[in-house]
Amino acid sequence: MTAPVVEAKASERAATLPPAPARRRGFAVHFAHYKWLYLLLLPGVLYFAVFRYGPMYGVSIAFKDYVPFLGVNGSPWVGVTNFTDFFANPDFPRLLGNTLILAFLNLGIAFPLTIILALLLNEVRLSVLKRTVQTLVYIPHFLSWTIVASLSFLLFALDIGPLFQFVNGLFGTNVDILSDPNWFRPLIVLQEIWKNTGWGTIIFLAALATVDQDQYEAAIIDGAGRFRRVWHITLPGIRSTIIVMLILAIGQMLNTGFEQIYLMTNALNRSVADVFDTYVYFVGITQGAYSYSTAVGLFKSLVGIVLIFGTNWLSKRFNQSGLF
Amino acid sequence: MKIHNTRGGRIFDAANYVFLSLIGIITLLPFIYVIAGSFANEAEITRRAFFVWPEQFTLGAYEYIFSTPAFTRALITTVLVTLVGTLVQLILTVTMAYPLAKKNLRGRKLIMSLVVFAMVFSGGMIPTFLLVKDLGLLNSYWALILPAAINPFSLIIIKNFFQELPAELEESAKMDGATEIGILWRILLPLSKPVLATFALFYAVGIWNDFMSPLLYLSDNNMWTLQMYLRQVTAASDLLGTGNVDPTYIPPEQGIKFAVIVVATLPILIFYPFLQKHFAKGMLIGSVKG
Repeated sequence: MTAPVVEAKASERAATLPPAPARRRGFAVHFAHYKWLYLLLLPGVLYFAVFRYGPMYGVSIAFKDYVPFLGVNGSPWVGVTNFTDFFANPDFPRLLGNTLILAFLNLGIAFPLTIILALLLNEVRLSVLKRTVQTLVYIPHFLSWTIVASLSFLLFALDIGPLFQFVNGLFGTNVDILSDPNWFRPLIVLQEIWKNTGWGTIIFLAALATVDQDQYEAAIIDGAGRFRRVWHITLPGIRSTIIVMLILAIGQMLNTGFEQIYLMTNALNRSVADVFDTYVYFVGITQGAYSYSTAVGLFKSLVGIVLIFGTNWLSKRFNQSGLF
Repeated sequence: MKIHNTRGGRIFDAANYVFLSLIGIITLLPFIYVIAGSFANEAEITRRAFFVWPEQFTLGAYEYIFSTPAFTRALITTVLVTLVGTLVQLILTVTMAYPLAKKNLRGRKLIMSLVVFAMVFSGGMIPTFLLVKDLGLLNSYWALILPAAINPFSLIIIKNFFQELPAELEESAKMDGATEIGILWRILLPLSKPVLATFALFYAVGIWNDFMSPLLYLSDNNMWTLQMYLRQVTAASDLLGTGNVDPTYIPPEQGIKFAVIVVATLPILIFYPFLQKHFAKGMLIGSVKG
């Protein structure tokens, strides 16, 4: 409702700005007229050129044999050797498997939980309770992964951590949850749920607020109960938001989050913990295989882009709304 | 509209309220445990599985960490880097957002599409690392500030905000002979205080919480930030064998870990109410107007 007003305001504002006096006389006059604006623009443009587009240019070393003293430009081209080496490496299937399993666990568990939490919050009519719960569940989003990992280390500390005792009591076991490879994935998903489920509800709650209230009235007259109203009105009402968020989540699938995984990795769980992001760090930064690790990173980015366009295409094909 | 609530509906409501309250409490419990633990003595932490109030109240853990040079240095470093970094990042973002808000500025569309492309695709960890290295920024605090100086989302939201301010304000200033920079400084910035405060907080939280940049760019232990120190204190030992943990390192007692976590978390919790006031709005503007 407000969007057109805002748009009108913006265009009106643009129209009232004094137009460049000599549009026809070319860029130099325009530039001279707005020199202060261009001066203000300069630091930001420099930033993007150096720190955003510089690394994009640096990606070219994925196709080179990077030698530090020769630099990015001077290093010899080697074609796709770094990629073929990576695909032939026995690490590749393990990394792919670990990354995909974590991605599907997050997509299959954390993503639906976000929607469920948003639906439950949406059903709350006691606004004090709703606001309090929202305030509490948003907090962990603002904490660093270092803090989340540290909290996990304390809560699951061998023998003395409260959750170590609780979980082992529950299953009648006595395993060190922090280093047992079987517990790595549940731990990662649990952290993800604690940290980001609450925050993720914001976008769904905003979508839920736009669902047409008249439909509920009609449904009540027709005798539909709470669950049927949620199923037949609420969920279809936020379908496009769910699809957009799903496409974005699938595009991010291979980004398992470097900090989280790195912090939770240890010598005993490497077999399940190694993912593309941490592999790039270990091979690139600690072992100095710059070109090879850049190729791994580039492969991951490209797959991400393919996934996002692929999901979007599929979603449109099945007559749903897409992202673009 | 009056919703007639059935008996089943009321049961659902009651169950839902209890469940959501529990979710809220469970989210909070780890903090309460860590805060309680930071004031408890070692014996109590080892003996009691879980507690929200220490039996014997002690400041021992805090006294210890604040007398440790490595901790106080990390804390002061992090506070300074956060303050300077937030200021630099905010200035860079605002100075870029203001010209981009002018619809008849040439080159604006091209720059905007390059900004948006940078949101979708990035060079990745290794090329960024090599760039920082080539710029001579390794073991410099600028490496924690500059590579992420302008967040494209924040830039776009601030740009949109400038665009929506009433144009008459600027026109009258122009009549009085104000320059573009004068308009930005004396008219737009005072009007944008709440918005800028919000993004300043987001930048500050980003720098305070950053673990990857110090891990990548600071190899000197004496330069470590609080997050790096926290990791060293709470990780049981250098299980990774990455050499990032000091070899002379002796695992500290539990109470000290609790206290360090509390200190690292506290600023976030203090500023959280201010953040919360604005973030929902900010996020929605960003997602709707892109």
